[in-house]
Amino acid sequence: MAMNSLPPLDVQRAPEGGEIGAVQSGWRLALREFRNNRLAVVGVGILVFFVLFSFIGPLIYHTDQLDTNPIIANQAPTGAHLLGTDGEGFDELGRMMKGGQAALEIGFFAAAVAIVIGALWGAVSGLVGGIVDSVMMRVVDVFLAVPFLFVVLILAVKFGATVLSLSLVIGFFAWQVPARLVRGEVLTLRERDFVLAARTAGSGNWRLISRHLLPNALGVVIVNVTFQVADAILAVSYVGFLGFGLHFPAVDWGDQLANGSNFLEDGYWWQIFPVGACIVLTVMGLNFIGDALRDAMDVRLRRR
Amino acid sequence: MRPDDPVSHGCPVRGPRRGGKAGSMVTYLVRRLITSIVVVVGVSIFIFLLLHLAYPSPARAVLGLSARPAQVNAWNLANGYDDPVIVQYWHYVDGLLHGNLGYSYVENQSVLALFQERTARSLYLSGISLVLAVAIAIPLGIFQAVKRNSIGDNVATSAAFILYSMPSFFLGLILIQVLALSFPIFSFEGSQSQSIWVVIGDWNAMTLPIATLTLITVASYSRYMRSASMDVLAQDYIKVARAKGLPERLVLLRHLVRNASLPMVTLVGLSLPGLLAGNLITESLFNYPGLGLLFFESLQKVDYPVMLAYTLAGAVLVVVGNLIADIALTVADPRIRLA
Repeated sequence: MAMNSLPPLDVQRAPEGGEIGAVQSGWRLALREFRNNRLAVVGVGILVFFVLFSFIGPLIYHTDQLDTNPIIANQAPTGAHLLGTDGEGFDELGRMMKGGQAALEIGFFAAAVAIVIGALWGAVSGLVGGIVDSVMMRVVDVFLAVPFLFVVLILAVKFGATVLSLSLVIGFFAWQVPARLVRGEVLTLRERDFVLAARTAGSGNWRLISRHLLPNALGVVIVNVTFQVADAILAVSYVGFLGFGLHFPAVDWGDQLANGSNFLEDGYWWQIFPVGACIVLTVMGLNFIGDALRDAMDVRLRRR
Repeated sequence: MRPDDPVSHGCPVRGPRRGGKAGSMVTYLVRRLITSIVVVVGVSIFIFLLLHLAYPSPARAVLGLSARPAQVNAWNLANGYDDPVIVQYWHYVDGLLHGNLGYSYVENQSVLALFQERTARSLYLSGISLVLAVAIAIPLGIFQAVKRNSIGDNVATSAAFILYSMPSFFLGLILIQVLALSFPIFSFEGSQSQSIWVVIGDWNAMTLPIATLTLITVASYSRYMRSASMDVLAQDYIKVARAKGLPERLVLLRHLVRNASLPMVTLVGLSLPGLLAGNLITESLFNYPGLGLLFFESLQKVDYPVMLAYTLAGAVLVVVGNLIADIALTVADPRIRLA
């Protein structure tokens, strides 16, 4: 469909120049498909629960996460401490909430970093083509060969782990897959009439990428985001478990679990299994959402 | 690679291209080899620069914290650490090619010696886990595809979903809790023996580390295998085989297993980075003295030459793994025509 057949009303809302009618109903179709997927609803439910748990929870369930208290260390769950206390006397449930904040913040921020780098890299590579494309894709190959967890650990040891530094490092080594996905989309999109029309109308490369190509490649990017968040949360938990995670007073789930695992033989289950369940559930919820989004996007793409 | 591959999250794989003339295997291999070498050179430069940025010189580790700046400078000069980075990289690569992986000042041993001591143990743990994972995932995935939506399929899918979202250390801790503490069947620590033969024979100590790594790997492989098998089951040649009256057992054995297992070759190659990471976590959790534990200790002791060599070895292994997977696939699948 060429540009001049666009209904004028939708120009503000939809990506300029695309097949407005088809794309819109495609998105609506995708949304319906997503809502009809039971696992998707479960996944969204889990994610919403953990966002509320981590960010609203501490407002309701007040705990002291700053001062150690050896007198109440390693207490089993009681009315005062619903999930008991850890080896330093911190309330486990309150600690899980704080760890959840860090996990979600790092997860989403790292995913954002990875997606922004990857989408721009892939779009430029696909649009410019030729030798530039070859070189840029070899760079992607090089980054794919970097052992992700090792490098993240080395940098965490050296520069100290904070929410910001971990997000940047994880994001910086996780953009290869979105770059390849977006490049693949751009390679087909750039041959389409609306891109030709935009070029004829005088759009430069940057405008083409930002207004035409990226909005139309949004589907594959959205699917990838959820997996990126899940992977980043897992990576943070690994870094934390090995003892190179966030520093006091910040808390991360992996570190909390590692502390608890010292008392495995004492049977202090409340220090290990609830927080482990937090990691598994959050990652699983995100994976559910990602799988459902991918199925839903397939429906949308089939409409094209 | 199919878009629903759990490992690459839908990333298209740079595999052999279909179509084109047959018999150009050599051209393809040469081109694939050259690309791999370029990537290895690129990734080694990148990792070297990155670690050099983080840890410019081990002088402090050698001379102690009280060393004066002049002593540090003199040591750097004497040991080549004040050369331009690219010269240092060249010396390092030159050493690698002559079997010198660097020197660990923390352990007072050559990195090569440290690696030699531990490689067999890591190879055993990763190798047997990989073999077990493939041996379990292929029949499991096929079973799930054939008995789609049965109770067995749903149980296996749910288990795979949970394991796939589980950090390996948590799975290991659960196994320790259940099988080493609640029911003391196995040891909660990996084998500490110096001899690889004792390690291999020590099932009491090795079952839990192997089970941890295997289960995590099976989770992603079986999901993949299930969808690959479902695709094959929908193919016309399966219908033909059934229509001509071939017993179902033979349909599965002759037609389904071979075709559905082909993508596993690529999957195994692609999952090497994950296996390395799993190895690091599992060895740290079970205190099993392999390469992963060595790397973990090098992080704690800031032993830069070990970190560098291990990370580089990991990168090379990933590239070589992908290369071998691609080559193996072209050999195993006669339908692939190389351009």
